Amino acid sequence: MHILKLIFKNAFRHKLRTFLTILGVAIAILAFGLLRTVISTWYLGVEASSASRLVTRNAISLVFPLPLSYKEKIRQVEGVKEVSYGSWFGGIYIDEKHFFANYAVEPETYLKIYPEIIIPPDQKSVFFRDRKSAVAGRKLAERYGWKIGDIITLKGTIYSGNWDFVLRGIYRGRDENVDETAFVFHWEYLNESLKKTSPLRADQVGWYMIEVTNPNIAAEAAVKIDRMFKNSLAETLTETEKAFTLGFISMTEAIVIAIQLVSFLIIFIIMAVVANTMSMTARERIGEYAIFKTLGFGGFHITGLIFGESLVITMVGAALGIFLTFPAAKIFGKELSTYFPVFIVEPETIYMDIGAALVVACVAALFPAWRAVNIRIADGLRRIG
Amino acid sequence: MKIPIAYNLRNLWTRRITTVLTASGMALVVFVFAAVLMLAEGLRKTLIETGSNDNVVVIRKASESEVQSGVERLQASIVETQPEIATGKDGKKLVAKELVVLITLPKRGTDKPSNVVIRGIGESSMALRSQVKLVEGRMPRTGTAEIIAGMSIAKRFQGGGIGETLRFGMRDWMVVGIFDAGNTGFSSEIWGDVDQLMQAFRRPAYSSVIFKLLDSSEFQKVKERLEKDPRLTVDAMRETRYYEKQSEIMARFLRILGLSLTIIFSLGAIIGAMITMYSAVANRVFEIGTMRALGFQQKSILTAFLLESLLLSLIGGIAGLFFASFLQLYTVSTLNFQTFSELAFTFSLTFEIIYQALIFSLIMGFIGGFLPAVRASRMNIVDALRAS
Repeated sequence: MHILKLIFKNAFRHKLRTFLTILGVAIAILAFGLLRTVISTWYLGVEASSASRLVTRNAISLVFPLPLSYKEKIRQVEGVKEVSYGSWFGGIYIDEKHFFANYAVEPETYLKIYPEIIIPPDQKSVFFRDRKSAVAGRKLAERYGWKIGDIITLKGTIYSGNWDFVLRGIYRGRDENVDETAFVFHWEYLNESLKKTSPLRADQVGWYMIEVTNPNIAAEAAVKIDRMFKNSLAETLTETEKAFTLGFISMTEAIVIAIQLVSFLIIFIIMAVVANTMSMTARERIGEYAIFKTLGFGGFHITGLIFGESLVITMVGAALGIFLTFPAAKIFGKELSTYFPVFIVEPETIYMDIGAALVVACVAALFPAWRAVNIRIADGLRRIG
Repeated sequence: MKIPIAYNLRNLWTRRITTVLTASGMALVVFVFAAVLMLAEGLRKTLIETGSNDNVVVIRKASESEVQSGVERLQASIVETQPEIATGKDGKKLVAKELVVLITLPKRGTDKPSNVVIRGIGESSMALRSQVKLVEGRMPRTGTAEIIAGMSIAKRFQGGGIGETLRFGMRDWMVVGIFDAGNTGFSSEIWGDVDQLMQAFRRPAYSSVIFKLLDSSEFQKVKERLEKDPRLTVDAMRETRYYEKQSEIMARFLRILGLSLTIIFSLGAIIGAMITMYSAVANRVFEIGTMRALGFQQKSILTAFLLESLLLSLIGGIAGLFFASFLQLYTVSTLNFQTFSELAFTFSLTFEIIYQALIFSLIMGFIGGFLPAVRASRMNIVDALRAS
């Protein structure tokens, strides 16, 4: 009991230094937590994807379309429960900086395949009926203050011209990790307009979304679909939704790796700061440790004292940092909602925070403890400052 | 009277561990600070070198990028007849009607697919881009399924090397040449005959028309004429501006990331410096008292401690820059969110960055050392001398 008391007394002997160290640890843990959240957000799309959904796209690349006629053929494949399709619209609202995902889908099948997108029933039926209508995610609607019935104009980049949509619904996600910043409208609206302006581009879709009856046959169904269209004008590539999202992420891998590296650098920096504090503390108290030794306390106690002090300082800092992570993530997520539609702190991040703080505490205490244990009593007593 | 600088140097040497720890903390911060600046600079350099100020890119109105654009044959021919277009050595107009599509190709070794730009080129395409040079093999013959690949494609993608074949658009394409485009975006592209590629991908329209201006200052005139022509629905912009726009989102992302990291990191380092300097002062109360008694003024004590902190941060800054300079060997390749194609760029260290990083480290040292130095200079002589 006494040793605990001593550890606390020691830790707060130099109030200013301890305060500064705690502050440093808190900032580092906060930054570490935020960066970790950025990384987990990057992979969130993967987690949000279902194992029983497949995505079929043109084998050349995503920019090439597939004919609408494939729909019925895909539906005949064994194990396919539902087929929906969509096209990336890539429209611009106001200017390029106001980016959000917008695409055209066949609404009824789309909502069947994606049950995590929840639209109130009354809004849903109006949305289904009105071909010129669109639904937007809750966060997106909040960002621009859209209300039901508003007319939203997007400037087409792939499909030229200005396109007007009537907002008929605002969807929310069933789970926390559902992207609530997307803008979805009727594929028919796009197609009918294309038939008038550029008939060559009509009746083509960007991708098919397929729901299979059972996740176990997903791979088999994917192979079957691809084989069906082999050697045709538009060969297909079918993968699970997870692999499809991962494909995007692997292309931005460099950024993820950089962020990962930086998050570890932060831990190194704070290690240097805490190690500095601990080595200064131990140097000042070398005389005291010598006295402890004279009184008969062994290396175990002295090591315990130094490690304990290091732990107290880092843990208080870490607790403060973790506590601050939540409001900071909220602000961060709001400011950067263009880049990160969903920004939530996951429990794993907190565990990693605590783990990192523990490592910092131990590494920082290692060298001072070794010195304090190994110094000869006479030398320790002789030493000043 | 001034306290000699040797005093500070010897003090830093006596407390070696503390000096190293504090300086390394600062070095890491300067490292990150410099790395972010270098990355942004590298991206900027790549973009500037990719575009030429004399070249004009014509794409379909509001289409933002060549990949999304489509310029019909008739429209392309109208653009081709503009009188401001320069003529090349052979007397032909320096104008190219090009096709740009994205395809997915697997990388060497990992088999991971990545998006690659395929550009259908015309006769003048090479002449329009002085930064692109054929380094191996020959140019593709028109009317054949021959292609040339950029250096980074040849190195990193399966089937990209000379003599190898790539399969896309239901045909096999033979790589007959490798071109070097330096740090520019063209290095990650594959070039082939535009008419063959349009056939293969079943595209009825070109993606863009690119031409060189005879007189760079006439740009505004051509732009207005093209954009007002009722037969055309196009946007014309300088090539430099076009490529700058292509990676605006990426540049902004790097800026936000860099800025927030630098702020957080520097807070940590300033705290580190503060702790060190406060303890340096606390350990030397007696010394300070003695110096004051010897007649050194408050001002000199303040300067001495500030100087020590600045020295410390300078050591950190130089160490950080030293390690950051090795980053220049590393190439970052990532997906450009705007074009969905690969964007490769290197870290680039300039004198301006060196200078900014050192100033930045000195500022950290100043902020970290100021309060402790004030405390040192304000000490009461008698009390200080009484301290053991």
